[in-house]
Amino acid sequence: MTDEARSVVELIARSSYGRLVALLASRAGDVAGAEDALGDAFLRALTRWPLDGVPENPDAWLVATAQRRLIDAGRHASVRERAEPELAYAATLLAAPDSAATLPDRRLELMFACGHPAIDPTVRTPLMLQVVLGLDAQVIASAFLSAPSAMAQRLVRAKRKIRDAGIPFAIPEAEELEARLDAVLEAIYAAFGTGWDALDGGDPERADLAGEAIFLGRLVTHALPQAAESHGLLALMLYCHARTAARRAADGAYIPLSAQDASRWDHRMIGEAESALSVAARLRHSGRFQFEAAIQSAHVGRGFGHAVEPHAIVGLYDALIAVAPTVGALVSRAAAIGGADGAEAGLAAAAALPEAAVESYQPWWALQAHLLQRLGRTDEAQVARVRAAGLTQDPAVRAFLLRDPGLPPSSR
Amino acid sequence: MKFAVLVYETPSELAAREDPERVGGYWAAYTAYSQALGEAGIAAGGAGLQPPSVATTVRMRGGQRLVQDGPFAETKELLGGMFIIDVANLDAALEWASRCPAAATGSVEVRPLLTPPPTP
Repeated sequence: MTDEARSVVELIARSSYGRLVALLASRAGDVAGAEDALGDAFLRALTRWPLDGVPENPDAWLVATAQRRLIDAGRHASVRERAEPELAYAATLLAAPDSAATLPDRRLELMFACGHPAIDPTVRTPLMLQVVLGLDAQVIASAFLSAPSAMAQRLVRAKRKIRDAGIPFAIPEAEELEARLDAVLEAIYAAFGTGWDALDGGDPERADLAGEAIFLGRLVTHALPQAAESHGLLALMLYCHARTAARRAADGAYIPLSAQDASRWDHRMIGEAESALSVAARLRHSGRFQFEAAIQSAHVGRGFGHAVEPHAIVGLYDALIAVAPTVGALVSRAAAIGGADGAEAGLAAAAALPEAAVESYQPWWALQAHLLQRLGRTDEAQVARVRAAGLTQDPAVRAFLLRDPGLPPSSR
Repeated sequence: MKFAVLVYETPSELAAREDPERVGGYWAAYTAYSQALGEAGIAAGGAGLQPPSVATTVRMRGGQRLVQDGPFAETKELLGGMFIIDVANLDAALEWASRCPAAATGSVEVRPLLTPPPTP
């Protein structure tokens, strides 16, 4: 019995944490307070459930218990007022355990609070990962290459800001929605990119972030089906994630995109990506993530033997850079020009990028090595390859660059 | 701001220095890394260390000099060397530390250098 109660508590902590925090925080306007109260409720469950039995609706029990504690701790009458309807609702669920009614899902509102413009942009993604997914500061700090104590402090500060500044837990009105949604999507994409890079480094704990990000992406598309970019982001992440198995040989060796075995891609996931991208296209509101997803779609098409005209890919990068001129996109555009107009043209495009932005940027050096090799400028290619090897965090990529001069560079 | 990037290698990684099959890859990786530090203009010193098996330890106890072979502590990670880098802050130092070859196999410790005490 004790073991059963404990495993139910653990299961709920894993599967419902974000939903319960979101519900409590959106009522109280206080993320840290909601987390504390929920933590207390879990502790109480660990002592009560083995004695009283697991309640019929454990989520409602936890919410009601945490809510009471939040009200006790609430210094403002407004907290009590706002919490009242929720408490009453949780009480009805407790009274009628077999009713089909479930607790409302406020995770999207919570994500909008975490991605609010008043929150420091660099802490939005970590904050979302912590409060919506329940990841601890240690894991997040490691994923974002930051000191754990510093990360914990930044998270605490951000949560205090949400409470004290009165940041709303709401999906913004239409005129505001676009800009605010961008911040939420950016944060999800940052989480995905961190997970993707971690996969390169072979770190499975961090690599889970990619899966978590896809989960958050799906959440947004379900809640806001009219937002084209949310479908674009989901498509982009699915295209990339579908190639996971093909990115490494059996012995762990790195395989660049152009040399991957397309039969090892996840075709079901690619199908889902294609549909998400066409849903986005039908909404007729283009944006950064849709351009990136379209570029990935072209890469995937090439793997299946439907080559996309190289200048069309350059065109997609031009469109992308017009809305999101990141250094990654600029380097990739130079690579696309190298594919469309020859290695000389690619080198010229790469050389036009500001030196400060690329001097320690690994993909730029990998591209240099690739293009110089194609021109037969072997010595210069070797110098660039060593530089790229010195800048990577991934032992497989390092080994690839230091041993195999003939093959093309890494590419997302 | 100056940081020491302390490179802790596994015994197997350290042994690569003596292994004809692996020695080339080992030095190629570290050469690439230290060149990247140099090209980025943040290299401020450093040194590689011979393995602990050739270390000798000295202690002064009660006026006596005690010289010992070793240490031969059983450890999974051994200090193999260090880089001194000069970067803006801890996050930048961690970014560079994560590129060190030992980060993927052993571990890399980042510590700010002690500022010398003010001269009276």
